[in-house]
This record gives sequence, C-alpha cells and structure tokens, in this order.
Amino acid sequence: MAAASLRSVNPTLPRTLPSPTRSPPFQSPFLRFAPTSTSFNLKPLVTPPSPFVTRSAAASPQERKTFHGLCYVVGDNIDTDQIIPAEFLTLVPSNPEEYQKLGSHALVGLPASYKDRFVEPGETKTKYSIIIGGENFGCGSSREHAPVCLGAAGAKAVVAQSYARIFFRNSVATGEIYPLDSEVRVCDECSTGDVATVELREGDSVLINHTTGKEYKLKAIGDAGPVIDAGGIFAYARKAGMIPSAAA
Amino acid sequence: MASSVISSSPFVCKSPAKKDLGVSSFRKASQISIHGCQRKSISRKIVSVMAPQRSSSTSGSVKTGMTMTEKILAKAAEKSQVVPGDNIWVNVDVLMTHDVCGPGAFGIFKREFGDNAKVVLNLAINILSLLAFSLFVIVTSTLKVWDSEKIVVIPDHYIFTSDKRANRNVDIMREHCREQNIKYFYDITDLGDFRANPDYKGVCHVALAQEGHCRPGEVLLGTDSHTCTAGAFGQFATGIGNTDAGFVLGTGKILLKVPPTMRFILDGEMPSYLQAKDLILQIIGEISVAGATYKTMEFSGTTIESLTMEERMTLCNMVVEAGGKNGVIPPDATTFNYVENRTSVPFQPVYSDANARYNHIFVADYRFDVSKLEPVVAKPHSPDNRALARECKDVKIDRVYIGSCTGGKTEDFMAAAKLFHAAGKQVKVPTFLVPATQKVWMDVYALPVPGAGGKTCAQIFEEAGCDTPTSPSCGACLGGPADTYARLNEPQVCVSTTNRNFPGRMGHKEGQIYLASPYTAAASALTGHVTDPREFLQ
Repeated sequence: MAAASLRSVNPTLPRTLPSPTRSPPFQSPFLRFAPTSTSFNLKPLVTPPSPFVTRSAAASPQERKTFHGLCYVVGDNIDTDQIIPAEFLTLVPSNPEEYQKLGSHALVGLPASYKDRFVEPGETKTKYSIIIGGENFGCGSSREHAPVCLGAAGAKAVVAQSYARIFFRNSVATGEIYPLDSEVRVCDECSTGDVATVELREGDSVLINHTTGKEYKLKAIGDAGPVIDAGGIFAYARKAGMIPSAAA
Repeated sequence: MASSVISSSPFVCKSPAKKDLGVSSFRKASQISIHGCQRKSISRKIVSVMAPQRSSSTSGSVKTGMTMTEKILAKAAEKSQVVPGDNIWVNVDVLMTHDVCGPGAFGIFKREFGDNAKVVLNLAINILSLLAFSLFVIVTSTLKVWDSEKIVVIPDHYIFTSDKRANRNVDIMREHCREQNIKYFYDITDLGDFRANPDYKGVCHVALAQEGHCRPGEVLLGTDSHTCTAGAFGQFATGIGNTDAGFVLGTGKILLKVPPTMRFILDGEMPSYLQAKDLILQIIGEISVAGATYKTMEFSGTTIESLTMEERMTLCNMVVEAGGKNGVIPPDATTFNYVENRTSVPFQPVYSDANARYNHIFVADYRFDVSKLEPVVAKPHSPDNRALARECKDVKIDRVYIGSCTGGKTEDFMAAAKLFHAAGKQVKVPTFLVPATQKVWMDVYALPVPGAGGKTCAQIFEEAGCDTPTSPSCGACLGGPADTYARLNEPQVCVSTTNRNFPGRMGHKEGQIYLASPYTAAASALTGHVTDPREFLQ
C-alpha cells in the first residue's frame, strides 16, 4: 500500500515505479468459485429433456425447444431505436406493469413501409412468435429494453443472419428471446404471416416455413442456449451453483 | 507467418482475416460484411495482414504476444495470458449507469441478490413510526453493492422534461444511491435551473472523463452503448445491459469473451479543416456498421498521437457504430496529463506488443494517410452511409444540432465558434447548441476562442444567430420525451454532431439526419445546405 499512497501524494513520480500494491481483488460473497480458475466454459446444465421451468414462460420441455407460429419479417440493420424508440425508455423493465407496456411498443419504430404492425394498436401482445431478420439485427444502443420488449410482446425467437453484440448478449442475459443465426438470407425467402416452426436440437437447429415448404438450417446456439433455457444469466448462475439461490 | 500486402493502386478492397482464432462458441464466427468495394475512396495505401491461428497456451511456454485489450482483460481476470475467444471472469474497476437504465439495473440487483430485510423494514415503518425509527437505527438493509465507490451514477438522458416517468427515474436513482451510500451520484433536483445543482454534471461519458473516472489499464463498464468512449484513455470500456449491470452491482465481476483486435493506423498531419469525427466516419464508411462486430478497434499512428483527449474521445465514441466491442488508444503524455489533473488514483498503462514480430496478434490492419482525407458526412439513415461533404452541397437542410457525447464537448463548440467567427456571417437555419456538461457550458461562456480577439464561444454564437446554448444533457440526440429541446418532431433535414442517424433517431421517423463534424455542422448552418467547412476555413 505504501507505493499506492506515495503515488497519490506525488503525481510526478515516474511511471517506472513497480505496480502500486493494490488491495486484494474484491471477493464477492455472491460468487463461489476460485477467481484464478482457467477459462470458464459454460456447460449445458442438464441433458434434454429436462423438467425445469423457464422464467420467460411456463412451458413443457417440448414447447421450450420448439416454437411454432407466425413469422414477422424485417430487413437489415434493424437498430434498437426501431425496436423500441427512445421515448419509451422511461419504462423500467424490472417493473412488471411497465414490462407489459414495453411489449405493447415492440417494433413500433419501424418505418411506415412496414404495412403490418408487429403489435396491433391497443394490444400488448403480438400474434407473431418468430421474427425473421437480416444482417446486424439489434444494432445501436445497449438498451436492454430491446430484447425485453420483444419477449414481453410474446415473441419466442429471432432468426437473423447476424447480430450486434450487445443485443445478442442482452438476449442471453435476460433469457427473453432466443437469438438464432441462419446461414442464408432467410428474410428474403419468408414473408410476414408465414406459418413456421423453429426446432432447437443438440447438433443442428432448423427453421421450417410451412407456408413455402422450405427448411433452413440454423447454427447451433451453443453455450448461450442453456443460459436462455434457465431464464437468463442469474437463473443460470444459481443453477450452476455460482451464486446462492434467492432467499425463499 | 504473417504476410503483408502493400498495394499501390488508389483503392484496395480490404478483406480482413476471417480465420477462426479458436473462438469458442458463446457465439459462432462473426460475419464481416464488406460494403467498401462499391464505395469511392481517397487514394491511400492499405496493408492487408493475414493472421495465423493463435492457440490458448495453457503451458505458457510460448508467448504469442498480446494486444492492449488482451492485456487489460488478462490482468483484470488475474491471468498471465488470454487469447481472443476465451470466456473469462473479469474484475470491474468502474460501473457507470444513468437515469434511463439505472432503475432497471438496480431493480434487477435487488430482485436477484436481495433478501427480504427491506420489505420487513418498510412494514415496521408503516405500523409504528416511533418504534420503527429505533428499528431503522438497529436494522439496516443487509444487501450491499460490491463497492459503493466504484459505481458512478450520472443522470443525463431525460432530465429537462416534464415527463413524469423520466423525472421519477431520477428520484428512483436518488433513493438507490442513498440506500447504498453510492459515493458518486451527480444528482439534480432543480430542473428549472441546472446551475442551481452543484452536483449535476450532464452527459455521462463526458462527465466520466472530466471527473477523473477514466484511467489507463482499467475496466470500465456502463449501461450505455457509448461507454466505449473511455477507450480513449487506454482502458477497456464497453456498454452492457441492465441485467449484466445488475450482476456487476452484486459481484463486481462480469463474464466477457476476449475480442480480437483490428488495428487502425492513422498517419500524417491533420488538415486544419478535418476533425476526429471525420476520421471515424471515414473508418465506419470503410468497414460498415458491422465491420468491427465483436472486435476491438485499436487506433494508433502519428495522427492519433497529435489528437487531444477530447478528439480521441470522439474517435472511440463511435466504435459501437461499427459494431465494435471496444475502442482503444495507447496512453501517452497527453493522456497522463489529462488524467493526473483530475484524479490521484494510481493507474498502470499497458500497450500492445506491437512490432513486426507481433503483427499476427491483430486480425486486421487498416492504414490511412490522413493528409489526404476530406470532410465527410454520414447520410440518412446509417452511420456507414458515407459521402464527401462537398458532394452533398445541394442538400437543403432545415436545422443544425451541435451536442451529445460525440460532438458537444468544449473543443467541439470551440471549433464551431472558430468557423462562425472566420465566416463573419449569420446562420440561415435554426442552430441548436447543447453543451454536454455543466463544465462545457461554463467553458462556452468563459473561455476566449483563439484568434477571435477575446470573444467567447457564447458571444460568437449569439452574433451568428444561433439558439442560446441550452441546459446540458443528452438532449435530442436520441429524441427523448416529446418536450425535449431540439427534438425532431417533423420530417426535417438536420445536420448533427451526434452519433446515430437510423430512422426516428432524433424523434420523427421520416427525419433525415446527416452526421457530421462540428466544423461541417457550423458551415452547413451558414449556408442552409450540407457544406464542406473549407468554404469558410483555410
């Protein structure tokens, strides 16, 4: 600690001083693992099928891994301002009533060229379960309201060519929606209103468009899958024993 | 073995290395879309480097070298070596949040880590106030953030508005900060006069720098995408969502995947009419809005070394607009001078292992001869829709906006004032000025503009017919509540020093936003059209 206080008193000391002794890194009472462990690999918690209930929607294991419903198709670079315009960011997602309100505004920022509204005016839920996107879905802000409003509205998965990193990360951390990668430009071959099924399987996942009859391979969701299955990063961390379970 | 290809042709379509660097799959291989091939470009040399595989050396016997970002993350994870793709638990030095995401982040923190002590306490207070007071003294909430001195809460987004929820969110943050004894809470209570609030700062990213929270070698996270601004100080800084922030509030750690680094080397003397905003718009136009997704953008070269801290901040600020995870600039005397004037907390700068032997640690190399660049804009509706300012001179505009973390700092206003003064004319369209922080506002009114005979920015702005500089905040950069000053409420054309121009960004969905440097914005205000600042500057 002596070096540290020397430094704070005399800022002109040359930087070749040995690294000031820092107080030991914070040992969180909430985290139970040795901080010096080697790279942490997120492993699937259980082999499917499993009976635990997700936070996003109470569902049987089959429904959790298979989503069936209508598609809503958007283009490239759908940014967070189009997903949830900034004026609605005063709604706090951890407040249950405001969470529902966020859902009612999902994708309301899309330009007028989108004739079909994702959520009908006056409604809080969408009739579309699967959003089909192009490149760089979710780019722009770090606002978590983006994946949250999609999940709150009732969408189950996004199938896009690529994602912006913060949106992808937020989708996983909240467990609100599955961000799935397609291998081709699915958005060019699907139309809003098509009936589709998304099946998440161990090796390959697939999007089946019943209206066109075409099937598309999706990239495996990998380590992110178990986190979303569990209901987000906190639920996952508790199940993995990394943080204590919430008090009863 | 790394190979470099130096092309002498005026334009080379650069194909960054797409090799799989052993990236384990939290997410499969990122996609790099190349739009650049179809774009016109200024003559410059591009060096293409193919990066061979770097494997995670658990034995540690072969040192492959590390970039700045890798070193910072390795140290924060208490490891001697990391490679891109490693998922590691990182100790956080500073967590920032603001009025929009703070309530959500703290809400999640309390929900996930809390027990019911607070609920019991509230009940007691309701029933027996006298007894409750003694209870309050004895029973304190057992839930505590990981470190009340490492959290910085900066209300800045929706402040000067009558929107009740927006106002409530600031009140919510006050409650959390009081409960958790948060040391740095830049509060505002009197919305009618920002100057009556001694603690209030303004735009979070500028305030973080001005208040000495940015230090080389550290890990800084914020619940805002433009947290990457702080990379200008040679630290790892990136934006996260509420849930991640809630996790950090409780544990002081976050799980991160080590990003690979793209190197941008900018050499040459900065022309007098060019600013950092032109440089980053040039780069984003080159690599596209997804060109740096999941990657670090590291800026170096003689031009970078000549930039002030505020210009470096502008550069790193828009890294996220290219999809970048973080931006970083090697710290030097300019950095140390700025930092040491604002904080006495010790820091340890780090640098990339950068000589020819370590070229392979970068996944892409871009070089720019800055002396050949021209002022550029990003046309609606994407930050990568780059065009030369002079080629947009027929675009009639309705208004100009100078503000935000990107273009609302002291030097940004100085630049605009300098151009107005050189021109000696009046603006032809409403010109809105939104200083980022209280300090910037004071500089605008107090500092003399070089070469203007002692006049301040404020005086020059008034003479040019601009709007009076308004209360410092994020303002209309992101639209905001309906009554936000300078919000785009009609489908107008606006030249703005802000960072994004997607549809609806500043309010109206059909609004057309041209992103530009402060010089270009000022020049455009004078003509009523998108204008290259060389019209008024030598």
